[in-house]
Amino acid sequence: MTATTERQAGQKSKTMTMVAAVNDALRIALERDDKVMLFGEDVGMGGVFRASDNLQTLYGEERVFNTPLSEAGIMGLAVGLGIAGEKPIAELQFAGFIYPALEQINAQMGRYRQRTQGNFPLSIVVRAPYGGGIHSPEMHADSPEGLVAAVPGVKIVIPSTPYDAKGLLLAAVDDPDPVFFFESIKLYRSVKGEVPEGHYTVPLGKARIAREGSDCTVLCYGGMVEVCLEAAAAAEGAGLSVEVVDLRSLVPLDLETIAASVQKTGRVVIVHEATRRMGFGAELSAIIAERYIEYLHAPIVRVTGWDAPYPPFTAAEHMYRPDAARVASGIRKVVEY
Amino acid sequence: MTAATLLPDPRLEGTLSVLAPDGSLLRPDLVPDDETLLSLYTGMRRARVFDDRAMVLQRQGKLGVYPCFGGMEATQVGAATALEHGDWVLPTYRGTALAMVRGMSLAHILLAWRGHPAGYQVDPELHILPFYIPIANQIPHTAGIALAEKRRGTGRVAMAFIGDGGTSEGDFHVGVNFAGAFGAPAIFVIENNGWAISTPTSVQTAAKNLASRAEGYGMPGVRVDGNDVLAMYHVTREAAERARRGEGPTLIEAITYRILPHTSSDDPGRYREETEAQAWKSGRDPGKRLRAYLESRGMWSEAQEQQVMQAMEAEIKAAMLLADQAPEILPEALLEHIYAEPLPEMLEQLEEIRALGALE
Ligand SMILES: Cc1ncc(C[n+]2csc(CCOP(=O)(O)OP(=O)(O)O)c2C)c(N)n1
Repeated sequence: MTATTERQAGQKSKTMTMVAAVNDALRIALERDDKVMLFGEDVGMGGVFRASDNLQTLYGEERVFNTPLSEAGIMGLAVGLGIAGEKPIAELQFAGFIYPALEQINAQMGRYRQRTQGNFPLSIVVRAPYGGGIHSPEMHADSPEGLVAAVPGVKIVIPSTPYDAKGLLLAAVDDPDPVFFFESIKLYRSVKGEVPEGHYTVPLGKARIAREGSDCTVLCYGGMVEVCLEAAAAAEGAGLSVEVVDLRSLVPLDLETIAASVQKTGRVVIVHEATRRMGFGAELSAIIAERYIEYLHAPIVRVTGWDAPYPPFTAAEHMYRPDAARVASGIRKVVEY
Repeated sequence: MTAATLLPDPRLEGTLSVLAPDGSLLRPDLVPDDETLLSLYTGMRRARVFDDRAMVLQRQGKLGVYPCFGGMEATQVGAATALEHGDWVLPTYRGTALAMVRGMSLAHILLAWRGHPAGYQVDPELHILPFYIPIANQIPHTAGIALAEKRRGTGRVAMAFIGDGGTSEGDFHVGVNFAGAFGAPAIFVIENNGWAISTPTSVQTAAKNLASRAEGYGMPGVRVDGNDVLAMYHVTREAAERARRGEGPTLIEAITYRILPHTSSDDPGRYREETEAQAWKSGRDPGKRLRAYLESRGMWSEAQEQQVMQAMEAEIKAAMLLADQAPEILPEALLEHIYAEPLPEMLEQLEEIRALGALE
């Protein structure tokens, strides 16, 4: 049940990393629409992860530029540019540095359309590398998608493959609303995949069945998808058929795909790196309990970061970030219930 | 490029220097006593040796991402040496030299840069807070700490460091302004090393110099040659004395240069020519500058130099041994110290972590 895309027949493709796919999408967005502007801390030289490599050379300093070091400023600038009808793509260098920008996001970006009764819609994309798995310093591995998901008026997209990263990012650029685009730092260079050349979109709000199965549903996104696939493959050895649903977009959420999978399996594991308390899994659990509880054969299990800050470097990361063994143990729990 | 052919750097215009880059004396009136001179010099040498070694240890996988400060040690050592025991220091991630001068043990520093919880448990007696990673968060804290010291009438001051890039953050302006509004005994040192990762200071602001902002906050702003440890020591002492007299905070802009990469993970080749860095490295090295002066007064010899270096090597070795012996991190550490008493659901999570450990 892979979501339909606007990929054209005969389009050539290339194998690339996720960060290269993001770069490709940014280049196409800049090429297609003169209103698109790309900015953030160190974005001019390509950004610390090289996602905007070469784009300043191609499109000039007026459209691709470094800002002063202020996340609140970057968000507010994006809102201002959006009010004036530009199409900003703003980068937060790490999602863990979103906190000083939350006022602009919550008090302004999310509300602007309604506050002006539709007269000033904001077509903004905010890109933010998020999550752990690369032994980064304190604050560099945060997953604040739950915080942003609590803000009415903004959308949230989190890709897990190079193909989706490019297609979802291009769809986000076209979207008439502010879209947060969280990019898993762990996946930037560790995954490669076929990516069509040129423009295509993957629609927001459509989940992807990353692996089909019938015994249990695993809901996940971004950096956790590969971990869940690994756990599902291991479970197959134990005779279990696990369905892995890559949500791709948290807001809007693909309720149809979730419903179909939950009704089929009756058992749900939810996986994310963010803290358990008020992580996005809390919302997913509530939705499933509210709508599909009669299909459940077992209580929902959440495999998540603990209710603690993400630990720095290698010292304790292995005990914090969910891995395949932990997901597998969650799967066993719901299946053996 | 040698010191003799060193070109003037416009960034240094209007800064206070006590020594010229070649070590010749410009301000005899501002030279501290011999003991201070020697402790400033050894402080800088020790810091530099540690920094060099830390970069090597990082490459060997023995430290996490390490924010090197080599070449900027005069700013930190000068400022920290000027304070008294009991004064507070709020460092950025680049503040390892501040921590060393404050007496944080090398083993402790190594553990901090390994992400070991013990490395974060700073000794309250030292009055240095953990390295601040999120930029500028420490600035309003400095106002708060200084206000508390003012209220208690202790005569203690609080000093924060921040980078030139960091001065663009809202928290910087908010915190410095608060300190000014409250007349709090605070010192704000802008470690202006010309770069914020790939972003030069000229992109951060159209302001010609960062110290001039002090006027807008209602406090004195001082510009100083940050690679001149004697100048750094002098302006920080003056700021501390002002603060202790109840005359409020001071904003210091120390002009230095980031001759090294941003951190152990950065490649400056992506965004800058190294000529400027090379000029600062060879012509404005803070250690060489003070050493030349000390030698001109017969206060320093190659034998003493070797002694400091060897002692430091041995100290680092011993610190590594100690750091390696740090207790293994138990699952408890993840959930400890989040609340005074762990919440019931956290105790459940702890059980989960333990059970997983047993599985693996
Ligand atoms: C709030 C916040 N945003 C972004 C970062 C990522 N970051 C780390 S260092 C740095 C540049 C800082 O430059 P500057 O303040 O000049 O200090 P320097 O590193 O040169 O000492 C950036 C953007 C961060 N640590 N915190």
